[in-house]
Amino acid sequence: MNANSDEPILRVEGLRKNFGSRAVCDDISFELWPGEVLAVVGESGAGKTSLLKCLSGQTPIDAGHAHYRNAQGREIDIAASDETLLKRLQRTEWGLIHQNPRDGLRFGVSAGANVGERLMALGARHYGNIRFEATDWLQRLEISGDRIDDLPSKFSGGMQQRLQIARNLVTKPRLVFMDEPTGGLDVSVQARLLDLLRVLVRDLGLAAVLVTHDLAVARLLGDRLLVMKDGKAVELGLVDQVLDDPQTPYAQLLVSSVLQI
Amino acid sequence: MIEGYNFAYLDEQTKRMIRRALLKAVAIPGYQVPFASREMPLPYGWGTGGIQVTAAIVGRSDVLKVIDQGADDTTNAVSIRRLFANTTDVATTERTEEATIIQTRHRIPEAALREGQIMVFQVPIPEPLRWLEPREAETRRMHAHADYSVMHVKLYEDVARFGHIATGYDYPVVVDGRYLMKPSPIPKFDNPKLDRSPALMLFGAGREKRIYAVPPYTAVRSLDFEDHPFRIEKWDESCALCGASDSFLDEIVVDDSNKRMFVCSDSDYCQTRRAHGHGPAAEAKPATATKDAAE
Repeated sequence: MNANSDEPILRVEGLRKNFGSRAVCDDISFELWPGEVLAVVGESGAGKTSLLKCLSGQTPIDAGHAHYRNAQGREIDIAASDETLLKRLQRTEWGLIHQNPRDGLRFGVSAGANVGERLMALGARHYGNIRFEATDWLQRLEISGDRIDDLPSKFSGGMQQRLQIARNLVTKPRLVFMDEPTGGLDVSVQARLLDLLRVLVRDLGLAAVLVTHDLAVARLLGDRLLVMKDGKAVELGLVDQVLDDPQTPYAQLLVSSVLQI
Repeated sequence: MIEGYNFAYLDEQTKRMIRRALLKAVAIPGYQVPFASREMPLPYGWGTGGIQVTAAIVGRSDVLKVIDQGADDTTNAVSIRRLFANTTDVATTERTEEATIIQTRHRIPEAALREGQIMVFQVPIPEPLRWLEPREAETRRMHAHADYSVMHVKLYEDVARFGHIATGYDYPVVVDGRYLMKPSPIPKFDNPKLDRSPALMLFGAGREKRIYAVPPYTAVRSLDFEDHPFRIEKWDESCALCGASDSFLDEIVVDDSNKRMFVCSDSDYCQTRRAHGHGPAAEAKPATATKDAAE
């Protein structure tokens, strides 16, 4: 489906992020291909979220490179790009889904305005079209169209998270960064959201980096899995391969820590 | 002229500092230039920014006009005019045509401005993104990236809630296709007068310590949607004194039985028209209108 799907969309080489003298991400390398979901797992403090913030241009990279291949097929080094370019990527070709909907939504304005914001950032200036598109996306995320003028604070936690996803996907990003998208939701809501995300990711052919501590989420959504510990990548491989046959002691510990019902 | 004060009240170093900020503001249309705003002999919100700008640019040959909500004879206008009369001895006028500097609060005169005239606006809040983004560092970053979608989010909310863009004054504009700007609380009726005006427009915010400018003949576009275009206010009435139907009208309650009259907010415009023999429109209805004037 993509003209240059034989090239990785994201190429990370020896990425390093320091907090003071301590490295929270150390020598991370991987490639992400169009239409692929890379799940990043590991315990709290392993550097998962720091990695995501580096890749999505929210925080500077201290060493190494992260090359993003844009829609025109040109490679952009995220580590060396200025803020203006990164901001533009963030509101055009990238999506960013936060764990807490409060970080990703504007709570002072209606659901429709939240979804429409990215369209308007891209230059949409026709109110009717913006509203039509917003309604369409709310419905695709199973939010009824007549809630378009409600404030996000009137929504349940699961709806807020779906609204946040709609707000990101409305401009059809090529690469989505997800930070624990199902964190803080109860299991049945989580299952519905995961189902929805899986369908959307497949339908739109999104590439995604998904940070989670939940191996089940990684199994459901991910194609490949990166296991992190103390800022280092300890194992990288296909999801089923890593989860069914972990090679490193830490990955084995992680997989065996999951409670079976 | 009162003895003991420097020309135009402020000392020369302060005026020099303000002129430097003004030059930068003119060079980058719509960009808010920080300046070291001084304490003035009146409270913030009464025109301290405008007075400092006027003091920095006024020269002995200037003719000064000061208006407040369009009128030359209101307290604020009278006191500011007297301040400059007392400290500079420059000529003052109420005629828009004669003035070289017009300091204004909340209006642009109805009479067309010409080259060589300078408008000085008193600005309470210069930051157009202030009520949408509380962090100053963040709003500056948004200006730097021309990231103004949040302003359209506000307009979207207006249309979603009220069916039309309900912002009536301080209506956001984009200057020269680049910077988002608050035109100070002028009614949106006056926004078209900013666009490619032959006069220089200077904006001073004393409390917020910002100066910005629109140079002559600069494009100033009011934000809108394609299907909800920018429109100025219209009235069914015409001015009860001079019969003007093309000016911004104030609604005045004249008794306690809900009787109202509509008169020009620009007192000079109204008087000039009356001096030229214009009167109330012949078919003037008894002005008991209760309907909303705007829109």
